[in-house]
Amino acid sequence: MEGLTLSDAEQKYYSDLFSYCDIESTKKVAANGRVLELFRAAQLPNDVVLQIMELCGATRLGYFGRSQFYIALKLVAVAQSGFPLRVESINTVKDLPLPRFVASKNEQESRHAASYSSDSENQGSYSGVIPPPPGRGQVKKGSVSHDTVQPRTSADQQEPASPVVSPQQSPPTSPHTWRKHSRHPSGGNSERPLTGPGPFWSPFGEAQSGSSAGDAVWSGHSPPPPQETWVSFADTPPTSTLLTMHPASVQDQTTVRTVASATTANEIRRQSSSYDDPWKITDEQRQYYVNQFKTIQPDLNGFIPGSAAKEFFTKSKLPILELSHIWELSDFDKDGALTLDEFCAAFHLVVARKNGYDLPEKLPESLMPKLIDLEDSADVGDQPGEVGYSGSPAEAPPSKSPSMPSLNQTWPELNQSSEQWETFSERSSSSQTLTQFDSNIAPADPDTAIVHPVPIRMTPSKIHMQEMELKRTGSDHTNPTSPLLVKPSDLSEESKINSSVKFASGNTVDGYSSSDSFTSDPEQIGNNVTHQRSHSGTSPDNTAPPPPPPRPQPSHSRSSSLDMNRTFAVTTGQQQAGVVAHPPAVPPRPQPSQAPGPVVHRPVDADGLITHTSTSPQQIPEQPNFADFSQFEVFAASNVNEEQDDEAEKHPEVLPVEKASDPASSLRVAKTDSKIEEKTAASVPANVSKGTTPLAPPPKPVRRRLKSEDELRPEVDEHTQKTGVLAAVLASQPSIPRSVGKDKKAIQASIRRNKETNTVLARLNSELQQQLKDVLEERISLEVQLEQLRPFSHL
Amino acid sequence: MAVCVAVIAKENYPLYIRSIPTENELKFHYMVHTSLDVVDEKISAMGKALVDQRELYLGLLYPTEDYKVYGYVTNSKVKFVMVVDSSNTALRDNEIRSMFRKLHNSYTDVMCNPFYNPGDHIQSSRAFDSMVTSMMIQVC
Repeated sequence: MEGLTLSDAEQKYYSDLFSYCDIESTKKVAANGRVLELFRAAQLPNDVVLQIMELCGATRLGYFGRSQFYIALKLVAVAQSGFPLRVESINTVKDLPLPRFVASKNEQESRHAASYSSDSENQGSYSGVIPPPPGRGQVKKGSVSHDTVQPRTSADQQEPASPVVSPQQSPPTSPHTWRKHSRHPSGGNSERPLTGPGPFWSPFGEAQSGSSAGDAVWSGHSPPPPQETWVSFADTPPTSTLLTMHPASVQDQTTVRTVASATTANEIRRQSSSYDDPWKITDEQRQYYVNQFKTIQPDLNGFIPGSAAKEFFTKSKLPILELSHIWELSDFDKDGALTLDEFCAAFHLVVARKNGYDLPEKLPESLMPKLIDLEDSADVGDQPGEVGYSGSPAEAPPSKSPSMPSLNQTWPELNQSSEQWETFSERSSSSQTLTQFDSNIAPADPDTAIVHPVPIRMTPSKIHMQEMELKRTGSDHTNPTSPLLVKPSDLSEESKINSSVKFASGNTVDGYSSSDSFTSDPEQIGNNVTHQRSHSGTSPDNTAPPPPPPRPQPSHSRSSSLDMNRTFAVTTGQQQAGVVAHPPAVPPRPQPSQAPGPVVHRPVDADGLITHTSTSPQQIPEQPNFADFSQFEVFAASNVNEEQDDEAEKHPEVLPVEKASDPASSLRVAKTDSKIEEKTAASVPANVSKGTTPLAPPPKPVRRRLKSEDELRPEVDEHTQKTGVLAAVLASQPSIPRSVGKDKKAIQASIRRNKETNTVLARLNSELQQQLKDVLEERISLEVQLEQLRPFSHL
Repeated sequence: MAVCVAVIAKENYPLYIRSIPTENELKFHYMVHTSLDVVDEKISAMGKALVDQRELYLGLLYPTEDYKVYGYVTNSKVKFVMVVDSSNTALRDNEIRSMFRKLHNSYTDVMCNPFYNPGDHIQSSRAFDSMVTSMMIQVC
């Protein structure tokens, strides 16, 4: 007979069938009866069957050896595929489907055949039972059942022949024959006649049956024997001794086995009837595992933490790498802790590994923790321990058929994959929780970006505002950016709104209800942004769509806005920081004519903003034209120092209602202007000179006021030269009620600083001015429209 | 899609690095190494106040003619760097993000394994390897 080349799947399938037929567990001979049954189940005409038998040489030999059996199976497949039966065809026909057997018994086979996937483990080692290699510290598994073993009497002779079928030993529990996992180096030779024996774990004499148990399926690791080895995990010698006894006792095995198997025969029979999963855990094993679990965690429903499990399994003396793999396989929900089921699976895998079985790539179905109580896996029910979790209905049927061990390999794979998207809600949810990292970005830190609108304070206290303003200016010049940023949007929105006080207040950042409150409080700005619409009820139509509010500071405390500004400054660079800093200073109250314009532009052009702010002093001249600077007093008092120059300037325009004395307004403007300047100065070197700003808020405003006042006057008509104006302003500080003397010195110092910053910002200023002009024109038009739409209700 | 995937520890030594065309491994290693500077720059640019808000996904770090380097950093400053072939024009940002998310999940699973000592080379996790392979094989 020519050599037979089988694919992996075929190999597996055939070996399964062989073991099925190998009722005597001879590993060499398939019982004729069974084979014939099988062939009948193949639904081939009798003559074909006879032909097959002849071809494979069985008729010649009189029995079906393994090779004959395989050839026969292949021929069955050939015949079923419709090819002529020829000896050559066994190797020439490519991609032959696995033979299909229809008989009930073979149902499983056929099912398995269908679902067989190549399992490398199956290769060659069809050895239902792997006799524990002598010398290998394996735990003898008591053959739990030898269904097939019983008839084994003949097996003895064969056993001695290959006592050590596989160096690895303790066959996994596969009930008699599944040794899929086991690698049996002794490929074809696995004489594990001991297929049947359930896992024996007894190191004792009867363990010999264990040797047969070698075949014994693992499942039977009887707890007690293992306990010695297991509990200590260091006591392999006993097991090894046991194993050594195997070969010797092989002879006795049959007898012993039959005896021992008697008890478990039923169990095994049940199992064997359904191609038990080699990875199945028998009751004894399970009990043992549970006991071990209890030693670590008394509550059976509780978890064993990873560290405890690590210690426990480290005692098994397996290499850490393998333990890590075992953990990966057994910690099903990936929570770093082991439930009872997971623990049993892990323990089982450790035992398997210690006995030489390769770790599966995927968790065998029978070891999967029952995450969902699928009682439909009833036919698998006999199997103790974890029932395979049939993740998908599709897999349920195959998985249910407690069958071919090879299937188990595929099942876990299928199951796991299906679980991942089917029932494993836990799994997926846990993974989903992991993915939520990205979404948890915005902290609920109130000091940083507060995304939600802050309720407007309808009755803001100016004092509060002023304090905040001062604080803000003092704390961080970059803060103004936030208010500015907010303001522009507010302004833009509100620009159309010519409502008087309301708008003004709304615009002034904080939802000041007071009309003349120009608080450029960042928070308030934020409020304004959100609230302006609300409280500036009159604000009507935003003829021009307001530019999007500056993102970071919808509403947060001044300090926070300052921080934000600072960070912005950091991130965007000084220039930009300066720019950012400026916008917030825009006067909260969008002046109908001016505010919208500049505001609109401001958000658009950061640079423009800078220039805008920087040119605020210059804007002042414009605005005063049609606005009164009364607001500036408030402004000055308020925190708008930053950049509010622009807005402040606008405010005077926007709020015609608010009449402050010109000086006051000018003061305010000046103040704002100065503040803006300071801010610009500060913002530019914001990162650097933070320390300077907090110096003395009170004096600064005062200073600013002085400056701005002067600036205002000269700048009223100037658009351009800030520096000159500043100098002029600074130079000509009118006597102001506040401490002028020291202000002057401070002012001069600040003037110097401002000049420096001004030079830096000169370019931006020009740009912004240009934009300002455009915006102002727009504003004017909008204002006209507004006026048309609404008569001076706010007046 | 990825030609090279690397996991860098907080101290900037690699925990895991794997590239697909293995002959050019050194080049990819070097690219990853240089991109670490960009990663650090992006991290520090956020500022201390924004640590919480910092987006884990850093985006495109460094484009070259042939390759693009994307970065992702976890909250524990473990960095994932991925080099993708520029010829894969179809790769959108979302896909890169999802790949990083998968990486992050797998990395977390590795961390959960008590037998893994943080700071060790990630060599023991088959799941992680297979996940990375799945990401890389898509390219080829």
